Amino acid sequence: MFEIFGIPSQALFGQLLIGLINGSFYALLSLGLAVIFGMLNIINFAHGAQYMMGAFAAYLLLQYTGIGYWGALIVAPIIVGITGVIIERTMLKQLYKLDHLYGLLLTFGLALVIEGVFRNYFGASGLPYQMPSSLAGGHNLGFMFLPNYRGWVVGASLAVCLATWFVIEKTRLGAYLRAATENPTLVRSFGINVPRMITLTYGFGVALAAFAGVMAAPIYNVSPQMGSDIIIVVFAVVVIGGMGSIMGAIITGFGLGVAEGLTKVFFPEASSTVIFVIMAIVLLIRPAGLFGRG
Amino acid sequence: MANATETIGAPASPANSRSEMIALAVMTAVLVVAPAVVYPLFLMKALCFALFACAFNLLIGYVGLLSFGHALFFGWASYFSAHLLKEVGLTPELAIIVATLGAGGLGILAGLLAIRRQGIYFAMITLALAQMMFFFALQAPFTHGEDGIQGVQRGKLLGLIPLGDEITMYFFVLAVFLGAFLLIYRIIYSPFGEVLKAIRENEPRAISLGYKTERYKLLAFVLSASLAGLAGALKAVVFQLASLTDVHWTMSGEVVLMTLVGGLGTVFGPVVGAFVIVAMQSYLAGFGQWVTVIQGVIFVACVLLFRRGIIGEIANYLRIRL
Repeated sequence: MFEIFGIPSQALFGQLLIGLINGSFYALLSLGLAVIFGMLNIINFAHGAQYMMGAFAAYLLLQYTGIGYWGALIVAPIIVGITGVIIERTMLKQLYKLDHLYGLLLTFGLALVIEGVFRNYFGASGLPYQMPSSLAGGHNLGFMFLPNYRGWVVGASLAVCLATWFVIEKTRLGAYLRAATENPTLVRSFGINVPRMITLTYGFGVALAAFAGVMAAPIYNVSPQMGSDIIIVVFAVVVIGGMGSIMGAIITGFGLGVAEGLTKVFFPEASSTVIFVIMAIVLLIRPAGLFGRG
Repeated sequence: MANATETIGAPASPANSRSEMIALAVMTAVLVVAPAVVYPLFLMKALCFALFACAFNLLIGYVGLLSFGHALFFGWASYFSAHLLKEVGLTPELAIIVATLGAGGLGILAGLLAIRRQGIYFAMITLALAQMMFFFALQAPFTHGEDGIQGVQRGKLLGLIPLGDEITMYFFVLAVFLGAFLLIYRIIYSPFGEVLKAIRENEPRAISLGYKTERYKLLAFVLSASLAGLAGALKAVVFQLASLTDVHWTMSGEVVLMTLVGGLGTVFGPVVGAFVIVAMQSYLAGFGQWVTVIQGVIFVACVLLFRRGIIGEIANYLRIRL
């Protein structure tokens, strides 16, 4: 046990870890938003609601089918991703020729509907979700105690983020995606099914949100408003990072989570607003965002 | 925008204001006799939201900027006016004026940040700034957190006319609403308003014509924020209460919904939309939580099926300007 700037190391590293955990969710969610925005030119306001759906899917899978955490980590994103595909096919598809703001308005409406329905059936208070027994307990690292589950969340989020980055930036599929973002008409003329790619991209972005939701379920309670609490912060993260860069979204997400955690140690009153303040400063200095183009 | 085929907002229409003048006369007449038929408190609530929606529409309908954080100005102005009435002891009209100026001040700060980005980023920035101010409202001592500022006395207008009576209060609200409505109408059709519409249609072109579009956008933002603040300040006097509900992001969403239902970029649409949504909320209050779901469904339906809104559809059908 030692002190840094008059703060016990336990408290400092503890908050740093919480910051990294929050940062994992910011990174996963802003990554999904950036991927969706790149292809669809739509800001998915329902992203928070879909994150919440992921957590509820895990809860319901356990309640009614007995599928546990590890199964839910795969099945829940697929289920929620399919609902995303349906939303894209039936609704979003009609809006591509219109002003981008209509996409925002539509997904905002969807977020209200989804959140409202879940609140009606499950109430506003949170439901507990047990963490998997294989990840219970923790390790003493000497300077702090690291609960296994929290370490897993940070590691797994980082892995998923980097895998997404790799697919988009380094593979042939990713090259198609990036090309279709730049010039969909030209890519279509090469015989690539761009509308299907758009649909799957939305489904994937939504699945990412649901994946984050499953990971969040054992840490926070599963509650209908967990999505709207986080989505506005994620919007600020996206403004700070700029949506032009996948890696930018990941770095900004984790970085801001840590910044938030540190604020909790040194100036707790500001911890809920620090990300918005950083956003204001970034807008003054670099209006396009830290990783934004133009 | 090179490829935008349908932009948000009113189409550039020929200058024929006769239909609008008739509609204005009808609206005024209806609102003057309305308290004989409908509860004044309901009408006052609807009028406050109508003014709020008109202020919001000034930005989205005529500059093409979607603010998702207008609750910031509405809610904070209601805190200002409630505080000034209750703790400082100002007369209601002074409290409302100072609160409106306060909202305008917040509008300058928020506007300077938000207009640095366009489109969806603008929406996200305004939403984030409003959320930040929501947390301040939660923590600041003078807002009294979860309790809000309760038991505000309406006081005497100009120190002379007591506003305790619902009918007196109603006509004061109506006068403020009509004054602000005419001001917005004047702004929209002023040379300044024409530049705003030019920015909405094609900002690079407006810049190349020599307009300092940043200044126009900022001024439009501050005007919109101040008028939203006026609505909030008025609401605090009417309901003798300022609470967190009015600064929450759901309030920002509600004003978007009202304007969308009535018709983005129409002069009368926000008024009709506000009355429709406020009426819906009071008639469907028995459904409890389902009201949120219904509002969401209306949102989706409006975007997918009738983007012009009620007034926009009527105006389009009759080929007139409303």
